Amino acid sequence: MRALREALASIRRTPLLGGLSIFSIGLSLLIIGLFGLSAHNIDQAISGVEERVEVVGYLVDDAGEERVQVARREIETYPEIEEVRYISKTEALFTATRELPEFSDVFSDLEVNPLPASLEIRLKEGFRDPDHVRAVAERVAGYEFIDDVRFGQDWVERVFSLRRIAGGTAGILGGAFAFVAVLLIGTSVRMAILARSEEIEIMQTVGATEGYIQRPFLLEGLFTGLAGGLLALGLTRLAYTLIDRSFLSLTWLPDMWIVAGVVAAAALGMLAAGYAVRRELAQGYAV
Amino acid sequence: MIQFKDVTKEYPRSGAAVEDLTFRVRKGEFVFLTGHSGAGKTTVLRLVHFQATPSRGEVRVSRYASSRIRRRQIPQLRRRVGFVFQDFRLLERLTAAENVAFALHVTGTAKKRIGPKVQRLLGQVGLAAKARSLPSELSGGERQRVVIARALATDPLVLLADEPTGNLDQRASDGVFELFRSINQHGMAVLMATHDADLIRRHPEVRVLELEQGRLVYDSGSEAARGDTSDADEVEGAKE
Repeated sequence: MRALREALASIRRTPLLGGLSIFSIGLSLLIIGLFGLSAHNIDQAISGVEERVEVVGYLVDDAGEERVQVARREIETYPEIEEVRYISKTEALFTATRELPEFSDVFSDLEVNPLPASLEIRLKEGFRDPDHVRAVAERVAGYEFIDDVRFGQDWVERVFSLRRIAGGTAGILGGAFAFVAVLLIGTSVRMAILARSEEIEIMQTVGATEGYIQRPFLLEGLFTGLAGGLLALGLTRLAYTLIDRSFLSLTWLPDMWIVAGVVAAAALGMLAAGYAVRRELAQGYAV
Repeated sequence: MIQFKDVTKEYPRSGAAVEDLTFRVRKGEFVFLTGHSGAGKTTVLRLVHFQATPSRGEVRVSRYASSRIRRRQIPQLRRRVGFVFQDFRLLERLTAAENVAFALHVTGTAKKRIGPKVQRLLGQVGLAAKARSLPSELSGGERQRVVIARALATDPLVLLADEPTGNLDQRASDGVFELFRSINQHGMAVLMATHDADLIRRHPEVRVLELEQGRLVYDSGSEAARGDTSDADEVEGAKE
């Protein structure tokens, strides 16, 4: 309680310094917020493309409906499979007529439906990489009534490498931004502590314990980090709204990311304060 | 009370600040620590206050020894060793009473005991009437009295003073010195660093330790100090 009272009193006593710290933490975390927003939207876009990754097994004409249905249920039990749809010859022709209207005359003049029935197999998230797709395709090709299997190998590989590049870039840039944020937070907290170094020195001189001296600073760091985190969240939301309304439709960040970001900002503020105050304290002790 | 045994303190860049110091300050004793600027007076006070640790030898203060003390014990030691700075180091935004209360507050004194104790301490240093003045409204001598009251707040056994009259005019300086004498007469040891030769001359009854280039070159109480082990305290951690 005492530490909480003193932390609040200290923020009230030096509102300008506190405000500057919150502002600089807020701005540095805004970079991370904007980066998170971009990363999340790129991830969403790639996921959208990935969802379309599927393996299509074309059936021979005399496959026999019952055999195919048994195989369909069997394929659905594979751990990597989300859904298997049976597309009959009629359905295939209907879809082709709808999706390719320029050939509608050709389709309507046909006496025999040339399109094969097929099994459209969608993979679960996390299994849409080239290796899993290929493995599923090979197993499906093993059924004797399967004439041909297609899964757009080049396309799958491209999407997968795009995902890897995006992930790697996000990791490197995110790490760099986080590092800059830590430096900025550390500097602003150190400024706040330097402004009170005289007070700390007197406390050390008269025999206040280290824990007693540190606690208000840690709480102050926590509050400053929390306020900076909320400010960054507000600014990120503002940027999101402006972009979303004007030229690019975006998806807002998941709640989990927001909670994690604000908690991380508070923790970062406290850690930076702990580091800075311990450095300051170390100067006053011989041991 | 305070015991230096073959103490050397070296700094990486400037070399030895004090060398082979051996002396003892007994309970209730008043000692001048003198020497030219740079002779090592402040280093001695820093060693007693455990702001510096000896490179060689051992410093003992009360029941704490530099070779055994742990970092978490230093605040306990410092409550037994009051420190008075030449440049006051008062918190300018706090009144005289609040500056003294600050020391009590941060060392865990119960809230209801702080007010009466601050009044008593300010009365003891002759500043009861200036309790609500800010440091900027006080004279140099008055500020130093607030610093002394603050140093006395934790009921120390010894008072260290680093050139406490260095920033004061003659009259204020005499007043502050008399205050130290009166505190000492109530049984508290005082180790006062000063290069004021005139002050030392006017008080021949006070023991003098003189440093020159970090070495102890004169101890007016050496005979008394030698062979007297009556105040040898049990050292903290000795049984560990």
